[in-house]
Amino acid sequence: MKDTVVEVNKLRKAYGDLVAVDDISFNVEKGEIFGLLGPNGAGKTTTFECLEGLRKPDGGTFKLMGESPNYNYSNLRSTIGVQLQTSGLPDSMRVDEAMNFFSAYHNVTSRYDLLERLGLREKMGTQYHTLSTGLKRRLSLALALAHNPPILFLDEPTAGLDVQSRVELHNMMKELQESGTTILLATHDMAEAEKTATRVAILLRGKIITTGTPHEITASGAGLTKISVRVEGSSLSIPNIIFSNVTQYLSKDEYKIYFSTNPGKTVSSIIEYISRQKDSLIDLRVERPSLEDRFLEITNKKVRK
Amino acid sequence: MKAFKNHFVFEFKTGIRDKNLLLLNYLFPLGLYIMLGFLMKNINPDFMEIIIPSMVVISILISTILGLPDPLVKSREAGIFRSYKINGVPATSIVVIPPLTTIMHMIVVAIIIIPTAFTMFDAPLPQNWLYFILIFLLIAFISAGLGVLIGVASSSSRATILWSQLIFLPSMIIGGFFIPQNLLPDILKKIGILLPSTHAINLFRYYSYNQSIGYNPVWSLVILIVGGILSFGLAIYLFNWDNQNKTRRGHPAFAFFAIIPLIIGAIFLP
Repeated sequence: MKDTVVEVNKLRKAYGDLVAVDDISFNVEKGEIFGLLGPNGAGKTTTFECLEGLRKPDGGTFKLMGESPNYNYSNLRSTIGVQLQTSGLPDSMRVDEAMNFFSAYHNVTSRYDLLERLGLREKMGTQYHTLSTGLKRRLSLALALAHNPPILFLDEPTAGLDVQSRVELHNMMKELQESGTTILLATHDMAEAEKTATRVAILLRGKIITTGTPHEITASGAGLTKISVRVEGSSLSIPNIIFSNVTQYLSKDEYKIYFSTNPGKTVSSIIEYISRQKDSLIDLRVERPSLEDRFLEITNKKVRK
Repeated sequence: MKAFKNHFVFEFKTGIRDKNLLLLNYLFPLGLYIMLGFLMKNINPDFMEIIIPSMVVISILISTILGLPDPLVKSREAGIFRSYKINGVPATSIVVIPPLTTIMHMIVVAIIIIPTAFTMFDAPLPQNWLYFILIFLLIAFISAGLGVLIGVASSSSRATILWSQLIFLPSMIIGGFFIPQNLLPDILKKIGILLPSTHAINLFRYYSYNQSIGYNPVWSLVILIVGGILSFGLAIYLFNWDNQNKTRRGHPAFAFFAIIPLIIGAIFLP
């Protein structure tokens, strides 16, 4: 049985004439990493801020862990952990003080282990204003996790992080997911969403355009699979060879690149052809359309409309 | 309780760590005190009679009216209060703890001023210490209340400077420190009685130094107590977590209600 922890129904928020979030609905199940994707200004942050209690929606309802907060978040502060896209701490607050400060308000013991895990051990006595952007975001994440919330909101969590920190964060997200934490992730980094999210919703101009697993979304498009082939001989050099389901092809360096609507059939026919020509295969790569390709396809189509 | 203690300790340390607050809590008041002590000794001997309460009140005005509003505005602008909100820090703590820690700094400054004024400038000590302490706390209460109210109601750092100076500068000139109120022209006397510092100095003169002030001092007590309660009440009511959130409980202009007791005092007191 599914255990829905976030239920959003026709959520709406407008700033004057600008409708930032336009009657969106979605559910998130326990233990999911739910990615909210969209370009800048799509309404991701506003959606999160409504759910976090930072903004009052103009319409719609939502429930977190089965409870409707009704803008009284005092009972839900222990339920949600939030890493805001733009937030700050007092300049003179030290890293260990920040942990003690917020842990005390959550009535939990300070989680120095999180600071260590996120590479902040050496920075315990450092004041906030002297931390780099990446370290500030890591601290923000540590503070969001300090009270072990069942629902975690991450708004552009890897912005400003180096590669190593990104990998560490993604590993942490997976671990949290495995331990039952539900993560809502707002990002415009498609690779991150494809790698980490179990389900995603693409948001454009305040509306959800599509929802599904990253695989479902990439598979639903008209995207062509890219097949790159390199052979020892010259069997593929002959122009006008027609392989099944190939719509276009090009040559690049020593590779022949085919774009196929049915990669299985195309690869079979290529291998069969090479074998027939007594040639040898050196390299063959099949690249499915990425979430980014599909995202661009969807958003470009909508923007043109 | 642990959260309150942590918050209080952090804010107290901030009052020293932050260069601007260090300046306003300690360096400026103590520097001004030393300068005025040496300067006024020869040119205004009357001031030396009340240098202790005057410098205590001036220090309170500097650290509260000038020092409290700006960090509140900057914290709101920098999204610090958003972080506080999502982590369950109550608005009351944000409004109440900085004034409390500022009052602690003021107590330290007063402890420095009182013995040094007595030894260095032959300043008379208060004749009634209990009243001195109570009036000190009362002026600190209303000044801190006005300080946080300015911070909460101001839309920007520039606005806080305007509102703070609107209280601080007249207080310095006609607030009863350097020119006794009875020597002021009637109109300036009326404007002077609009200022909390005038009431505080009058209360110090009457209760702590056994001097006459020309009216029943209970009125000044009532004005400062009611003004302080209104200031803090309005500051909590008008508190806004962030600049982007336009939905707020009351219009910032409601902050003017805090000065109603002072206006009534100016109308009815001689």
